[in-house]
Amino acid sequence: MTAMARVRAGWQHANRRGDVSAAAMALAPAVILFAIFNIYPLIYSGYLSVMEWDGFSPDKSYVGLDNYRALYESATFRNALSVTLKYTLSVAVLGVAVSLVIAVLLNSGVRGQNIYRLVYFLPVVTSTVAAAVVWRYLMTPGTGYADVFLRDLGITPPNPTWLRNPTWALRIVMLVGIWKRLGFNIVIYLAGLQNIPKEFYEAATVDGAGIWARFRHITVPLISPITLLLVIMSIIDSFLIFDVVYVMTDGGPIGTTEVVGLLLYREAFRYFNLGTASAMGWVIFALVFAITLVQWKFFGTREAGL
Amino acid sequence: MSAVTTSQSSQRSMLRRIHIPWGHLLIHAILIAGAFAMVIPFLWMLTLSLKPVSLIHQAPYLIPTTFELSNYAKAWDAAPFARYYLNSALMTGGIVAGQVIFSSLAAYAFARLQFPGKELLFLVFLGTMMVPFHVILIPSYLIIDRLGWVDSYAALIVPRMVSAFGIFLMRQYYQGIPKELDEAAMIDGAGRLGIWWRIIMPLSGPGLATLGIFAFMFAWNDFLWPLVVTNDPNMRTVQLGLAMFQGRYGTQWTLLMAGTVTATLPTLLIFLIGQRWFIQSIAQTGMKG
Repeated sequence: MTAMARVRAGWQHANRRGDVSAAAMALAPAVILFAIFNIYPLIYSGYLSVMEWDGFSPDKSYVGLDNYRALYESATFRNALSVTLKYTLSVAVLGVAVSLVIAVLLNSGVRGQNIYRLVYFLPVVTSTVAAAVVWRYLMTPGTGYADVFLRDLGITPPNPTWLRNPTWALRIVMLVGIWKRLGFNIVIYLAGLQNIPKEFYEAATVDGAGIWARFRHITVPLISPITLLLVIMSIIDSFLIFDVVYVMTDGGPIGTTEVVGLLLYREAFRYFNLGTASAMGWVIFALVFAITLVQWKFFGTREAGL
Repeated sequence: MSAVTTSQSSQRSMLRRIHIPWGHLLIHAILIAGAFAMVIPFLWMLTLSLKPVSLIHQAPYLIPTTFELSNYAKAWDAAPFARYYLNSALMTGGIVAGQVIFSSLAAYAFARLQFPGKELLFLVFLGTMMVPFHVILIPSYLIIDRLGWVDSYAALIVPRMVSAFGIFLMRQYYQGIPKELDEAAMIDGAGRLGIWWRIIMPLSGPGLATLGIFAFMFAWNDFLWPLVVTNDPNMRTVQLGLAMFQGRYGTQWTLLMAGTVTATLPTLLIFLIGQRWFIQSIAQTGMKG
């Protein structure tokens, strides 16, 4: 009863200031757009994932979990998942490790920090398609600059050459992913590093700790919440890779760069298996969701920290 | 261990005496090498786009020494890049305008207004950020198809006129604006939305600029959604046009690179102009967790 009264009092208070009607107007565009283009599609794709449908015929048939079962048994999908995981983990781990080293060097008091940061950030704002086009040609044997440069260093291209090589193609795609992400990680790391009190380093130096020891025992542990954040952000973003592969390799050679995003796109918009494609979407969702849960679990306890 | 320490400290005192900051030089060497690796693709792309075809296999590769601007003219002749530009510009403009207005309107409601179900609604918006675009891609396309919007600007713009990210960004910004300003305006008889428009918005310049830049980058560089909702070559955006151009003119490197420079330039320019806001707000995401 008192709770009711409090609710009513709050409501009247809100009304008096015109909050509720103002909020309704302010939120209407966002709510309508989200309902049509986010919430409804999410529910609808769950529905489609248990149906068989080509997108044209008036009839959809209910197939239960068959689409999921087919995916589980499909060698193509398993391959795509494994390629995506390899790509994702490499970009997350290498991209974060390299960016930490660069951020620490940038934070060491050298001049020109802003200029370096700007240059390292350029790939982040470059369109993925343009980047993929340039990298594809950079790696062209004989004429691409990267290939020429490596030959000058005495490194001959593998046979078959770079993007045609089943081992190297994915590595080059990973390289592009890391190249494009590094600046983002660096900027976030730099902000974190600037929050570590200088006294820690001074005290350690007095105790005789060298550069490596300070990095290992002060920087790495104190920055670890940001490391985790960046690893998880990288994983979530990289999992959805599409553009780079679409432009550079179209999934080849022999499926070695065929990521789930590409497979889903083909399944839906080339072969019109909307049920299977929707099920793929939900498998991706489940995996990304699991990663997000890890993020929540760790970051829930983080807020009081650094 | 102690021997190592002594040798290090004696080394350090020696360095101090000579006054050559070897440590810093080494750091610069590493950072410059890394920065060089970052910019190689840009330099190569620019150089190649300005070379005559006869010189593409010859050094210098990374510094433009010839200025064959006709490559750009030829690329723009070979494919309707002007049309692609128009499409991208309209799409980007529409998305940026929508984001700036609708995301900040919604953010205002969450930051300043009291209404029932506020927390729940906010949670729903928060939740949509976790949904990968791949999941909603197919039904979103079906909706566009049902609306008869395939190959229209509406399809390119409307679904992306508001974003959870934009709402969070602006809400965060609004929370930093003193509430006393609202209250003073309210005493003067301003309505809640009037306060948003006349008090809050004029004070939100940096926040709106950040949101605008993010929206611009996203829209200009977007690929998958325009790929799905357009079939008509006249409706292609720059990114789509570039991908198709690669398929057709992949052997004409100079033209292709001219097209690539064309596609890249706007975001690079916007970034260079707004980099302070942009980098700062990205740095803050790390702080918020």
